[in-house]
Amino acid sequence: MKILLHHPSREVAVAGPKKVWQVLRELEILPDTVLVIRGDALIADDDVVGDDETVEVRPVISGG
Amino acid sequence: MRCRKCSAKAIIRLPRHNTAFCPGCFSEYVTDQIERAIKSDRMFGREEGIAVAVSGGKDSLVLWEILSRLGYRTLGLHIDLGIGEYSERSRKKVEAFAAGRGLPFVVHSLREEHGAGLSEIAEGLRRPPCSACGVVKRYNMNAIAFQHGMPVVATGHNLDDEAARLLGNVLHWQEDYLDKQSPVLPNSHPKLVRKVKPLYRLAEREIAAWAVLQKIDYIVDECPNSQGSKMLRYKDALNRLEAASPGTKHQFYFQFLDRQKARAQAAPAEPDLRECASCGQPSTAEICSYCKLVGTLKVLK
Repeated sequence: MKILLHHPSREVAVAGPKKVWQVLRELEILPDTVLVIRGDALIADDDVVGDDETVEVRPVISGG
Repeated sequence: MRCRKCSAKAIIRLPRHNTAFCPGCFSEYVTDQIERAIKSDRMFGREEGIAVAVSGGKDSLVLWEILSRLGYRTLGLHIDLGIGEYSERSRKKVEAFAAGRGLPFVVHSLREEHGAGLSEIAEGLRRPPCSACGVVKRYNMNAIAFQHGMPVVATGHNLDDEAARLLGNVLHWQEDYLDKQSPVLPNSHPKLVRKVKPLYRLAEREIAAWAVLQKIDYIVDECPNSQGSKMLRYKDALNRLEAASPGTKHQFYFQFLDRQKARAQAAPAEPDLRECASCGQPSTAEICSYCKLVGTLKVLK
């Protein structure tokens, strides 16, 4: 699967299918610090992302 | 994962409340938390105009959206800090949001007023950009709201912001700041408007999730000046604690508020305010922090 990350903007590949929480664990991202979005829809931590899919991992932490 | 309220498919888990919600029940939860904050802390009434400080980020746009939906009379206040492309994109987000909903707003441009953006001003003054930014925002939000006859300024500070700020204040034992860290700051001078934080019961992730569900187009990029900021380090530490022990941030901040209320009742703080000799705005010193900042800038030019 293709993962779109921010700060800085980049793409990484992760082998799928995997549940969202497994993807975040593999990327060493704390679940409380991001949202995972497929298309324009929010997906839950136990949803499965297929190997041919693209998801955005959007940070929710702001500095101000 | 199922919604704990209606058993439909859940889209978000909230470990700190040991629950999960579907989109409809989650939206209800978010609105309820904001209404509860407004009512329980007596932030403002239906008859009052509310100036909403809007940056173009998720928190302030969600706040503006919900207050408008709840029927409050709002005025958006945007400070264009002149931080290059970041400020341009932020301003466009606010303009598009307001135009799409027919909401009134005011933009105050730092560059138009002083001929320099925040980064140049901070560099000229040899101050950290975030410190100068705080002075600029606090001063202008109050002054503009007062000019427009709005008795209240609402900001988008959330639970994560407040817990991180509390951690910073405790680590440095900044007791003056601890006294002022409240969801409501009353107007202690005729020219000061009330400052309120209606999102303080909601976590940053909950607000971002609501923004995505409601298709609110906010700026995802971070302010370039915030990279490596203390606030981000405090948030990172708290998020690691939260992952190991859900509810930590909530307990830390809400137990502080309980203690603060008890202290305020025992010895209410009485700020010694006068009017700035230069601009007439309320200040604890003869010249307010903003006029000092602007004055130093003029000397440097």
